[in-house]
Amino acid sequence: MQIPYTVETRPDTGLYNAKLGIWLFLASEVMLFAGLFSSYILLRTGSVAWPRHMLPVGLATLNTAILIASSMTMVMAWAALRMNNWARHRVFLGLTVLLGLVFLGIKLTEYREHIAAGELPSRDTFFAIYYTLTAVHALHIVGGLIVMLYFLGPGSRLWAQRPEQFTNRIESIGLYWHFVDFMWIFIFPLLYLL
Amino acid sequence: MDNVAAIGQRPAHEEPHEQPGFLRRYIFSLDHKVIGIQYAVTGLLFLLFGFTLMMIMRYQLAYPMTPVPLVGNLLSPANAAGGVLLPEFYNQLGAMHGTVMIFLGVVPLAIGGFGNYLIPLQIGASDMAFPKLNLMSYWVYVAGGLVMVATFFVPGGSAQSGWTSYPPLSVIASAGQTWWLIGMVLLITSSLLGSINFIVTIVQLRAPGLTWMRLPFLVWAQLGASFLLLLAFPPLEAAGVLQLMDRVAGTSFFLPSGLVVSNRLMTTMTGTAADGLASGGGNPLLWQHLFWFLAHPEVYVLILPAMGIVGEIVANNARRPLWGYRHMVYSVGFLSFMSMVVWAHHMYITGMGTTLAAFFQTTTMIISIPSIVILTSLLMTLWGASIRFTVPMLFALAFMPMFGIGGLTGLPLGLAPSDIHLHDTYYVIGHFHYVVAPGTIFALFAGVYYWFPKVTGRRMNDVLGHVHFWGSFICMNVIFMPMFIQGLGGMNRRLYDGGAMYLHNAELLKWNVVIGIAAWTLGLFQVPFIVNFFTSIRWGRPADRNPWEATTLEWAAPSPPGHGNFDTTPAVYRGPYEYSVPGARRDFSPQSEQEPA
Ligand code: HEM
Ligand SMILES: [Cu+2]
Repeated sequence: MQIPYTVETRPDTGLYNAKLGIWLFLASEVMLFAGLFSSYILLRTGSVAWPRHMLPVGLATLNTAILIASSMTMVMAWAALRMNNWARHRVFLGLTVLLGLVFLGIKLTEYREHIAAGELPSRDTFFAIYYTLTAVHALHIVGGLIVMLYFLGPGSRLWAQRPEQFTNRIESIGLYWHFVDFMWIFIFPLLYLL
Repeated sequence: MDNVAAIGQRPAHEEPHEQPGFLRRYIFSLDHKVIGIQYAVTGLLFLLFGFTLMMIMRYQLAYPMTPVPLVGNLLSPANAAGGVLLPEFYNQLGAMHGTVMIFLGVVPLAIGGFGNYLIPLQIGASDMAFPKLNLMSYWVYVAGGLVMVATFFVPGGSAQSGWTSYPPLSVIASAGQTWWLIGMVLLITSSLLGSINFIVTIVQLRAPGLTWMRLPFLVWAQLGASFLLLLAFPPLEAAGVLQLMDRVAGTSFFLPSGLVVSNRLMTTMTGTAADGLASGGGNPLLWQHLFWFLAHPEVYVLILPAMGIVGEIVANNARRPLWGYRHMVYSVGFLSFMSMVVWAHHMYITGMGTTLAAFFQTTTMIISIPSIVILTSLLMTLWGASIRFTVPMLFALAFMPMFGIGGLTGLPLGLAPSDIHLHDTYYVIGHFHYVVAPGTIFALFAGVYYWFPKVTGRRMNDVLGHVHFWGSFICMNVIFMPMFIQGLGGMNRRLYDGGAMYLHNAELLKWNVVIGIAAWTLGLFQVPFIVNFFTSIRWGRPADRNPWEATTLEWAAPSPPGHGNFDTTPAVYRGPYEYSVPGARRDFSPQSEQEPA
């Protein structure tokens, strides 16, 4: 028994199943982050005084650049598959993973410095929301990395059997990755700049 | 058997579909029908569990401070001293009754059970779009359910701050609340996976010829409910994460400055609320907003599948097309959308101000319109029909006035001036139970009786069905009607002694006894259903493919449908409810038959 439209698109909807699935998933993710962002806004507008410039803007700017770069390598990894260039795909997917890991590394140093300075989540609502938002985001990065590592490792075998389906999968994880990067573009100014 | 003997000599590359073992076939099956049955049975068990919790509570309300018969002595002394429920345990029962009924009972049965089993069949597909996701969604739900039940056994007992888990109470509550939050995160994950799967299946896997306006109403209802689960649950997940942080990381998202607990000021120091420490600066209302942003749509998640099921059964037993099918479909869409912008009608007494209240009053009045459209359409379908009073039809017919009462009593709650008096009284309890208990749960029973022949190939017993129906119908009303009287008289909900401590309740206490007796009787009247359910699987009258002479696609498949569902991929030639077409040979014209038969 074969489920239709796993690879080819359904003519009247113009979609294959996983693509619709990933878009729906991202819609729910938008709501998740919207909930967190609204909490941020409500807490901030309701606070007597809101601490500012508590976070290292330089490191975060670097991290923003890294994530944007990783989005670009992600696109290249997918484009390479479309051009049937397997070696190139591996390089770019590997680069994306690497950039994701660097992002996490920098994030962890940031956490370590705060913790060393006694700036724990329980210090005040600013640090509470800072840790929560960035940790939820970092967990999304970790999730994405796990999936990419799978596609670099055991998941890559699909390419030999069903190249189109494999390309679709890379497209889906790519959409997810762009979304996670996009969320960072909101988190960065909200916490570090404003 | 063959399989066992042959294991040693199996070829290495055997097709896994050919001979799935017991585990793959019945426990970890990828087949939407098996998963649907698993969901439904688990959901029914949880309904029974939640109902039992309530029957125990009702004893304390009817006869406060007396030992609970039968179960009182089985409870640990930490929960019931000498068989008398302790206040903390009463609170646990209340919180868990709500949680279990909604998140572990009704939603899994209505969406996970009926949705999984019926959607692929009704749209002519061989399975869901993502079978593995489907399997995962079920087991994550089971995990969430087990975590929830296990909370009864952690020190301090389970969650006790109501199914709404309002802070600050929930943040300073015992460890059970942490596990409640973890359970919720699992349940949210499960419905997320499920809803994505449902939507993709409906959009992508419709059989040739099954255009949008030919979809059975139930499929539309499931689609609407899936969107609500997809979009409304994540904010609660966000809220759950924040509350978890408050409880374990010592943040104060929901704890205001200057909070005093047990005569102690929560000081501005690093530590968790459990140690009486909090930095403050948070806002308890933030939780209420995030919670109700989910929980109002959630009530439509509970009611939409019920409306869908009733629609199918009413058309079939009235032998008429659904009156105003198109408007019903538009109403589902409008209802789903509007249900996202009414949430603060649960919060009128928080002092939100008249501007905000005006907005939410307006949206609440507007949202009642599509519900009325759907109810009216169902009633109009009956107009002039020669109705078959089958057991499923009885339940479906009862749904209409019951849902009507529930909906109408919601209107005064939607208006701030009257809600300020009624909020947190038994009136609210009466209102929403009319919608979910004799409303949704009756619809779910109707669905069980109606599709049982499809699932098992056998019919359920009619006599037992009638006993179950009439007993339940009478008991439900004796339970919930007096709650309006109590609530209008000012009796509050969530009181350990049933309100005896307040003088103004003196005249209302007698109803607690009436309600209690009716509740236990209702329990007895579920016995015929349970007996009927299990005996009919074995000994019920055999049913063919289409025992109700229905039109939608699931009746074109064998009963029970095999792996892959249909003999051949069905093609669809007509709308879902072509009953009594003038000039047709029979009074029903199935969707999959080409000529008007
Ligand atoms: C049709 C129009 C409806 C209106 C105007 C309406 C209005 C309301 C309002 C204003 C409240 C809050 C009352 C208060 O706490 O003071 C409420 C509570 C509630 N309603 Fe409805 N409702 C409607 C339909 C439904 C439906 C269809 C369901 C479920 C299937 C439902 C389930 C609930 C529940 C569970 C609560 C109580 C929540 C709690 O406090 O624990 N309602 N309703
Ligand atoms: Cu509501």
